[in-house]
Amino acid sequence: MKGWPFRVYAVLLLAFLYGPILLLPIFAFNDGAIIAFPLSGFSTRWFEALWETDALWQAARNSLLIAAFTAVLATLLGVFAARSGSMAGFRGKGLMLGFVMLPLVLPEIVIAVALLVVIRQALGLDLANWTVVLAHTVITVPFSIAILNGAFASLDPSLEEAAMDLGESRWGAFRLVTLPLVAPGIVSSLLISFIISLDDFVIAQFLTGANPTLPVYIYGLTRFVDALPLIMAMGTILVTLSITLLVIAEWFRRRGLARAGVASTGGFL
Amino acid sequence: MRLRGQSEGARAAVLALPPFLYAVLLLAVPLVAIVAISFMTQDGLVIDPTPSLANYREALTSPIYIWGNATRWGTLPVSLYVAAMVTLVTVVLAFPMAYFISFYVAPSRKSLWLFLITIPFWTSYLVRIFLWKVVLGFNGVINTALMGLGLIREPLEALLYNLSSVIVALSHSYVVFAILPIYVALEKIDRSLLEASQDLGETAFATFLRVTLPLAMPGVVGAVLIIFIPVIGDYVTPELMLGAGGRLMSNLIQAQFLGLNNWPLGSALAIVTMIVVGVIALLFLLLMRRWLRARG
Repeated sequence: MKGWPFRVYAVLLLAFLYGPILLLPIFAFNDGAIIAFPLSGFSTRWFEALWETDALWQAARNSLLIAAFTAVLATLLGVFAARSGSMAGFRGKGLMLGFVMLPLVLPEIVIAVALLVVIRQALGLDLANWTVVLAHTVITVPFSIAILNGAFASLDPSLEEAAMDLGESRWGAFRLVTLPLVAPGIVSSLLISFIISLDDFVIAQFLTGANPTLPVYIYGLTRFVDALPLIMAMGTILVTLSITLLVIAEWFRRRGLARAGVASTGGFL
Repeated sequence: MRLRGQSEGARAAVLALPPFLYAVLLLAVPLVAIVAISFMTQDGLVIDPTPSLANYREALTSPIYIWGNATRWGTLPVSLYVAAMVTLVTVVLAFPMAYFISFYVAPSRKSLWLFLITIPFWTSYLVRIFLWKVVLGFNGVINTALMGLGLIREPLEALLYNLSSVIVALSHSYVVFAILPIYVALEKIDRSLLEASQDLGETAFATFLRVTLPLAMPGVVGAVLIIFIPVIGDYVTPELMLGAGGRLMSNLIQAQFLGLNNWPLGSALAIVTMIVVGVIALLFLLLMRRWLRARG
């Protein structure tokens, strides 16, 4: 087969990428308290121990709440930006939308300490879940925009014009024509923002209030040797959850592109 | 209907306003704030707002941060070395992968491959770094495997708690950021250029060197920028992989904020680091641009 050395290389690189993650379930279902080979037999006792840890449930509840608010806020801002990006240019457009994308190349620690200084020092406010939501939104908006740009860019503008020619208001045309077409992109953006927020540790460590988020709680556990199997079990659950959400997000994103593609050719017919 | 008279550009500007204002309030203003606080001084539990260069004097003269001493390097040069190595390793690892997906994978299966390589990036950052301790540790996967094969008798201690382990774990985290921009650049290459080159008698390898590689360079440059800068700020990986005692610049900054409680000094350290990293990135960009232009 043509290019087989590349194919072999690609499979090896995938193995490198997935290798560590595949260790998670191996040790999570291992009976031994030490994370090392040889394995000592199948057990679900670490998952049972997780189930009975109240602090963990509290942290999980916090994280899910923060992730949900972040997803909605980031996607809302992302829709504004992506819609603006797909329309005619104006003076300073590249600068305005480019600045919103800046967090992609800024180290997270810089964003975290900068917000910490403003919230605690300049405003004198207490850290809480909402401070994490605001910061997570800063880092997730660029991803939301990138996803939604794809959805908006493939739209045919003549569809909305047709709706307005038929008597719809601008908002009505957007709501009834554009929104359904970009809806899969919106779902995809919601899910990706949710995953980024759920997974983030750096910003949460700086800006979390009295109740830690899940990654901050897990990080605390890494200091205790006897908690290592619990981390493996927790990691297994989180990775499974992320992959499930990712597959759904990808499915929606593709369906969105397909739908927009069909719509634009349909317009000509 | 009220808005219908306005130009599309004006409406686009109004729409861009909410995300822009959000970024101004939650990114630009905070960045200005750390610049401001970096010129203040920590006085016990309170911050003395009198303008002062004391933090910058500390950052620029202390052997800890930049200059080092006879026995050890300064922390910033070590951090830059780690970031440069991670950038190099990720780009070298990523290029053949991006090339494979762009040139050898059927168009209908390209997005599946891209999806496959991005999945690990989205899954539990903290746990992923932690897993490298499990792989490289004293009783870890590699040591157990090597002993099982009879290649070594005692576990290797040199695998973990050094800069190489930090570079391995960071490269694993960031390699996706190199694959995607290089892939995008390769996808943009007009395939007829490659055919033309080979029709004119160039070998496949010469075509790669003289046509494909230069045209892929914008992707490589993008990858370098999107990896080199954020890697400098990653403090979790060095903290977990270096163990007690080992510290990179990001750890020193984090410690000033979350333990030592000297925010003005922490801000000054962050600013000095960002300026150095920014200048290096800019120089790299200029050099690449000149090199590409010289080649026509």
